[in-house]
Amino acid sequence: MDLNFTATEEAFRAECRAWLEENTPRGLPSGDTRAGFALHLEWEKLLFANRWAVVSWPEEYGGRNASPMEWLIFEEEYYRAGGPQRVTQNGIFLLAPTIFEFGTPAQQAEVLPRMAAAEDLWCQGWSEPNAGSDLASTRSRAERDASGGWRLNGQKTWTTRGAFCTHLFGLFRTDPEAQRHSGLTYFMVPLDAPGITVRGFGRLDGDEGFAEVFLDDVVVTDDAVLGEVDQGWGVAMATASAERGLTLRSPGRFTATAARLVNLYRERAATAAPALRDAVVQAYIEAEAYRWQTFSTVTRMVEGENIGAEPSMTKVFWSELDIHLHETALALLGSAAEYDSTGWMKGFEFSLSGPIYAGTNEIQRNVIAERVLGLPRK
Amino acid sequence: MHFAFTDDQIALRDAVRDLLVKECPPAAVRSAGESSTPTFSAAWRALAEMGVLGVLAADDVGGLGLTDLDLVLVLEETGYAALPEPIVEHAAVAVPLLDDPTAAITGSELISATAPNDQIDDQTDDQIAPSAELASAVVVWIDKQPALVPRDQIKLVTYESVDHTRRIARLDFDPQSATPLTSNAIRANARGVVGLAAQLIGLTRRMLDLTVEYASTRKQFGVPIGSFQAVKHHLADARIALEFARPLVYRAAWSLASNDPDAELHASMAKAMAGDAALLTASKALQCHGAIGYSFEYDLHLFMKRAWVLAGTWGSSADHRARVGNSVL
Repeated sequence: MDLNFTATEEAFRAECRAWLEENTPRGLPSGDTRAGFALHLEWEKLLFANRWAVVSWPEEYGGRNASPMEWLIFEEEYYRAGGPQRVTQNGIFLLAPTIFEFGTPAQQAEVLPRMAAAEDLWCQGWSEPNAGSDLASTRSRAERDASGGWRLNGQKTWTTRGAFCTHLFGLFRTDPEAQRHSGLTYFMVPLDAPGITVRGFGRLDGDEGFAEVFLDDVVVTDDAVLGEVDQGWGVAMATASAERGLTLRSPGRFTATAARLVNLYRERAATAAPALRDAVVQAYIEAEAYRWQTFSTVTRMVEGENIGAEPSMTKVFWSELDIHLHETALALLGSAAEYDSTGWMKGFEFSLSGPIYAGTNEIQRNVIAERVLGLPRK
Repeated sequence: MHFAFTDDQIALRDAVRDLLVKECPPAAVRSAGESSTPTFSAAWRALAEMGVLGVLAADDVGGLGLTDLDLVLVLEETGYAALPEPIVEHAAVAVPLLDDPTAAITGSELISATAPNDQIDDQTDDQIAPSAELASAVVVWIDKQPALVPRDQIKLVTYESVDHTRRIARLDFDPQSATPLTSNAIRANARGVVGLAAQLIGLTRRMLDLTVEYASTRKQFGVPIGSFQAVKHHLADARIALEFARPLVYRAAWSLASNDPDAELHASMAKAMAGDAALLTASKALQCHGAIGYSFEYDLHLFMKRAWVLAGTWGSSADHRARVGNSVL
């Protein structure tokens, strides 16, 4: 065990810090509005131009071949510098790992560079009006088309930033006879294809961060299929694991938020109730706990260990921690929370989505009980 | 950054685990609380024979010459088994403080310790030590510094612990009879805190294992109760608490082993999270067991009561959060 960072890791951190401190934009508006999204894209393109957009990817795609530990370091520095949400996250963190694992060389060459450069913007088309936590009840369907491609029909919803994106990845039923998890296929679809209608709608905070996507006889070619036909569930679960685990919400976000909370407490310590001091420390310790649990987990992954269903524990922990951090900040702000413009109220509203997206925390607790603890399914 | 134990450290842990399965079953723990005169358990003698009591002592005095990282896994296992003797006080706190630890390493002498927050000038708390009757000497804290009081200078008043197996007693002694312990004193308190945190992790694992096993076999409404989501979610919460407390305990052990200047801070984070994980798991385990868990003949209470006691002593979670606050805020 050596809990010091290596000289290489420290040098990487220093390089990250120097560039991010110099270049990170301040006070960008929400990326979940049309105008804000455009400004975030400028930031994403600047990251890409300096090879910071996808540090863990191979250099040929604009990355730096960063090790998993270096990627965690980049994330710590990114959020420490006050970096904004990554509006490209669904592509670079969720679809990309799946393409690296299941994509053909042609698909990798076609999709990854444009994704890294924020030229193609990907949204996730999993949820449907009747398929939320029960993702396997997906009804949108794909049928063989006379042209040799596929004809897609159906409706996706709760699609994050769908109204601003250019492409969608999602599951479609290709074998109508098959039950639930079988007979699904993973498709990558351009949103400008004829037959697609995208309608944005407001989230809890009013921003147009959600969209419905209607597919009406949309024709795509065979290379829109990622992985094997009818094997989409297994392909999708690889992405789900990434989403629940590290890649989407690494510890750096939460240690940075905890540091901001500590600063807020210091500003208000004279008038803060003693219970809030305890709550601030608790949230701070939990952020540290997530950080060290992650270093332990990543060490095991690098050594080739399969972490199985453990990301479900991570997902529950960070999503509930995020709420604790923001609730504590709002309590410190007191009546000023109502008109807060420093990000705490906005962050609180967003934190409330954490226990819902990427598989509700109730589903995750079932997974932990059955697949980590080994309790009986029935 | 490489957060993993060595093969040797894992091998030592496994050897201790095997020893305790054999020598420290629940019946042995139970009998430690029931015998009229205290005696060393078979497990204690076997651990001494294995050399485990001297993990932190140098090889030239008969120790294993290892570090807090080796010891933390050993102590976690002693928590899992609810070893009756105070091995944290003895092996983690006292042994590194003694000029001549030979008798302590061989197990012919047991050195107990009071909790350092029980200050000698603090009239609110009595000076309490576990296994005090068996001890040859006790480490006490005077002006926050460790000092050793020989057993023959102490008048003991036996107290009944909620955890009978701890055999605690109140210590009455003249502070003048205490010899200050100066070598390695700076980390003695933190070593005790991390050691107890490790035992709390072991206890958490034990209570979870017991409950998962019970919930997988106990049937109601024709199915195992562990198939009900209400039960699953209780136990998932306990498993999550374990998952995120454990790395802080190992990290604190690393900080002790590497003389990190923040070792005390890291120890406090570890104890706060491990104590809370153990208390949460204790309540979830009892609830998922139902009435059988509430009975004296069933073993859960052995581990649950130990968890209550260890979570509260050497600083509760709230105490340690207050200390973290003093550093961080």
